[in-house]
Amino acid sequence: MTVVVSGVANVLAHAPSLVRYGSRPLRDIKRDPTVDEQISARLRSFDAACAYAPNQAYIGNGAPEDLRARPRPWFTAKNGGARADGPYGRIITERALIDLIAECDRARLVSPGAVVVKGALPLFVDGVAAASIVAGHEEDEALSASVLLENLASKATGVLALRELLARSGVAASDVDFVIAGSEEAVGDRYQRGGGNIAKAIGESAGLARAAAHDVKSFCASTLYALLTAAAYVETGIARRVAVVAGGSLAKLGMKYRAHVAQGMPILEDMLAGVACFVERASDSGDPVIRLDAAGFHRIGDGSSQQAVLEALISGPLGKAGIAMTDVDRYVTEMHNPEITEPAGSGDVPAGNYKLIAGLAALKGVIPKADMSRFVTERGMPGFAPTQGHIASAVCYLAHARAAMRAGTMRRALFLAKGSLFLGRLTDLSDGISLLLEAREGKR
Amino acid sequence: MNLKDKRVIVIGERDGVSGAAIEACVRSAGATILFVETQCFV
Repeated sequence: MTVVVSGVANVLAHAPSLVRYGSRPLRDIKRDPTVDEQISARLRSFDAACAYAPNQAYIGNGAPEDLRARPRPWFTAKNGGARADGPYGRIITERALIDLIAECDRARLVSPGAVVVKGALPLFVDGVAAASIVAGHEEDEALSASVLLENLASKATGVLALRELLARSGVAASDVDFVIAGSEEAVGDRYQRGGGNIAKAIGESAGLARAAAHDVKSFCASTLYALLTAAAYVETGIARRVAVVAGGSLAKLGMKYRAHVAQGMPILEDMLAGVACFVERASDSGDPVIRLDAAGFHRIGDGSSQQAVLEALISGPLGKAGIAMTDVDRYVTEMHNPEITEPAGSGDVPAGNYKLIAGLAALKGVIPKADMSRFVTERGMPGFAPTQGHIASAVCYLAHARAAMRAGTMRRALFLAKGSLFLGRLTDLSDGISLLLEAREGKR
Repeated sequence: MNLKDKRVIVIGERDGVSGAAIEACVRSAGATILFVETQCFV
């Protein structure tokens, strides 16, 4: 018996009207209200967002690896025949998202209709106010309308992912005994701003009445930690089947909108993403195994150089498990879509990381230096995830890796995530975790 | 570049070289550090 990933669901919610409530747009609109019009003029239709090749790859309609062959820019391609349903999940409209946010609002702070009371934030569908949300407390900044909207958006997309997982796997809600969330929100009140346990709120809305629940946090590395925690709970018998879930980050919508507007592009950060997966014990299901003996961590005293980080996350844990770097078919780093980041000067994040990983392989003498480029081509892939940090940080590829391992076309994938802890101002450290997923013997 | 007695503002990047690492190098070259920050651009 081993710990396996027995199901994965990837979901996207088109949220163009919520772009204005992303952290960067919200701050800019406060300074200059005309920014709202600039943003509105560059928003995509649902059909355009659905047909967008990276979004199609996210739900499994086409492999992320195949994006290499597609000419850039991807956003100008018509991609006729694109579907909102894919083998790993689906893309929902903004109308469906707003309805789901309203359904997930247990405190009755969201009101349907075009009437927006003073101090409330309007929620638009197709440019028309369809609902609004008020603050949860008149003085508590942790319960302001914008903070609650962020938290409800995360909850709603987490619920969407978990419901999708239940429906696709055929697992009964009563057969899940733990939920672990690894998202980017901070749920709480002024006395505990990050009090947490959105996992329990998500589990409740997905009908998991028999499940216990808690969150795991470490910036963008949260979801991989949640996956590791789930695997450990299953391995030790604390839980039998754990649902790991991550909802989307509203704060990151429109994060790079300035560059997209300046270049006359559509604003591509208009998607909230979600992931959910099951972790359980199984002996003969064909599902891939989480190699607990090969988990890697960037420890407190490891140092911040790229070499130190990569040794901690890659060569160290692989070496401990007796696996060569060339025995890993796919390295899954932070799979941010370069079409989103490059216009803003942030470069191609996965490409940069793959160069470093290939450099480590050369440094360790696993490959000749001349083979670095081939290493990247064979064991990497283009970025395809929306810039929703924790989702882009490797878990976006879990469904793809599981499918490939079940089909016998992939043996091992190493998932890597980094957390920018220094952004919280309590330390200069960053964080990192790696997990190895491996096909079962008979599937290799 | 001679950094001795220069005043330096350091912006590091998580996927590149961290602010703390740049600070250590620049300080060893005799510069005065005015500000250090590490950024994450995604």
